[in-house]
Amino acid sequence: MTDHKTSIAVSFQSVSRHYGAVKAVDNVSFDILDGEFFAMLGPSGSGKTTCLRLIAGFEQPTEGTVAIHGKPMMGVPPYDRDVNTVFQDYALFPHMTVLENVGYGLMIKKVPSAERNKRAQEMLDMVALGSFGARKPSQLSGGQRQRVALARALVNRPSVLLLDEPLGALDLKLREQMQVELKAIQRQVGITFIYVTHDQGEALSMSDRIAVFNHGKIEQLAAPQELYERPRTAFVAGFVGVSNLLTPEVAQRLTGINASCSIRPEKIQLQPANSAIPAANAGRAMSVQGTVESVLYLGAGSRYEVALQGGGELTVMQQNSESGFRPAQGEPVLLWWNGSDLLRLQD
Amino acid sequence: MTVSASLKQPAAGLTSRFSTYLYSRPRMLLLLLLVPPLLWLGIIYLGSLFSLLLQSFFQLDDFTGHVVMQPTVGNYLRLVTSTNVAIITRTAGMAAIVTLIAAAIAFPLAYYMARYAGGRMKALFYVAVMLPLWSNYLVRVYAWKLILAKEGAIHWVVNHLGLGDVLDWILSLPVVEGSSLSTSYIGTTITFVYIWLPYMILPIQAALERVPRSLIEASSDLGAKPGETFRKVILPLSIPGVAAGSIFTFSLTLGDYIIPQMIGSSRPFIGQAVYQFQGTSGDIPMAAAFAMVPIAIMAVYLAIAKRFGAFDAL
Repeated sequence: MTDHKTSIAVSFQSVSRHYGAVKAVDNVSFDILDGEFFAMLGPSGSGKTTCLRLIAGFEQPTEGTVAIHGKPMMGVPPYDRDVNTVFQDYALFPHMTVLENVGYGLMIKKVPSAERNKRAQEMLDMVALGSFGARKPSQLSGGQRQRVALARALVNRPSVLLLDEPLGALDLKLREQMQVELKAIQRQVGITFIYVTHDQGEALSMSDRIAVFNHGKIEQLAAPQELYERPRTAFVAGFVGVSNLLTPEVAQRLTGINASCSIRPEKIQLQPANSAIPAANAGRAMSVQGTVESVLYLGAGSRYEVALQGGGELTVMQQNSESGFRPAQGEPVLLWWNGSDLLRLQD
Repeated sequence: MTVSASLKQPAAGLTSRFSTYLYSRPRMLLLLLLVPPLLWLGIIYLGSLFSLLLQSFFQLDDFTGHVVMQPTVGNYLRLVTSTNVAIITRTAGMAAIVTLIAAAIAFPLAYYMARYAGGRMKALFYVAVMLPLWSNYLVRVYAWKLILAKEGAIHWVVNHLGLGDVLDWILSLPVVEGSSLSTSYIGTTITFVYIWLPYMILPIQAALERVPRSLIEASSDLGAKPGETFRKVILPLSIPGVAAGSIFTFSLTLGDYIIPQMIGSSRPFIGQAVYQFQGTSGDIPMAAAFAMVPIAIMAVYLAIAKRFGAFDAL
């Protein structure tokens, strides 16, 4: 990675935000690097949106410090911060045209109207809405509004862009398209994107790093691949992708490890019962016999619920191939996996 | 049980059959629901307005006292005589001033109710705003007559503050001219503003409440200080509420004939003129012509409001 990544865009130092007895954010410390696409992922009420609002300045921390580019932001109002937000409901001004909306920040900064309109128009062109400037927000579709909100924030050339579930209101197809576009725009403008979402797929596909929030704390902060392949806690393993969680007792019986463990459904292989594990894997494989309880056909793959001999159940994902082993419900099977795919979790 | 018996439907009652009938014909249901109010609106409401318009083109025969049913614009020509023009401008001017003052007082109150007051405080404000409407209108106007009288509370306080001369000087100004507040236009204005204020507060409050918090945050996020956010976002978005409130205060003031009769100078307003023409002199056509004036003024007023974009954010 290039050296600009080493400078810190936003820093949380022991930050808490309490609402009465509720600890929305509970003593959180982390750094967001300059130019990175950083996702804050978590279920609703996990504190991710509050963290975003602390950066924007809509909330002040109860304790601790939020710093932007090294400057502590205590008592600095939103309008004096070099960050801009794309709101979940887009928050477009209904009484202004699209072009006026995009030019709003520049108008406030007293940029002359000729330059303001030129820059706003350029931004609209970038989000492929160049010919929509004269319309009112109410005349746009959800996806178009979303892009106007993005243009309105980016036109101010903020050092950090905050996005609060920006794709939450869009349908699946549009959402996937906008994910690609957002990522491309981020590469193009090169500024820090801080992205709040509860959609783990979105976070995995777009981010450089992801902070997983739960109960006001960060459970794990890592790159997508590490987060998926090395979840540190049961919560992360369960929230990011699908996981088989093994209680210490089941793990003890299957593997000899006396701790909570997790394994991804696609890391488990199925074979006919009593067949031999491929020689190449035999050395480091763990195996158990079981019976297929149910089969869910998902197109590219199938999902099997397998009851294990001696108790317990595992979910297994297998690709559907012509030649592959595709057991039916009630069929006895052998399950195996590489020992390294089994993850010990922290409690 | 035989198969045919088990398939037999339970005998449906009349109401249930009627419900099913309506359920499968939503247009019929709509028609049944809409026809009575539409009849009311069309015949009683618009019909009487139309007959008013018609009446205004007839004329009273001064000798017989009968209405001559021949179309003429005579009444309208009488409207533009100087006495009647004075009545009209007096009333419209009063309505405009009352509206401006009511808006100026209502806006901060409505703003506080919509943006800051929460829970119990908001309920308290609602009650405080509505409470005067629960008591009798005449009683409230009489109360103001006493408060504004020469011997009333306001004069007493002002005199004890040593400002009696100032008040007398204000009351001696042209147009205002009155021996006390209760016999001057100032008293009329105060009473009008008091009586119509709730009709201004509530629409503004509703409009402000509809402005999402995120819009205010977005404005602030884009660099606008609170004052700028107010001017560029909150105020424009509350204009429909102000317009709605002003339609109430303006039209109610145009039509009222009790307040100007009881408080203020004895110079008549439109409402009193209508009352006098149809009551004292029995000139129904002239009264009808006069009654068309507030309608015309309101039409012009709404056209201007629309021109200035008052309804754009609706």
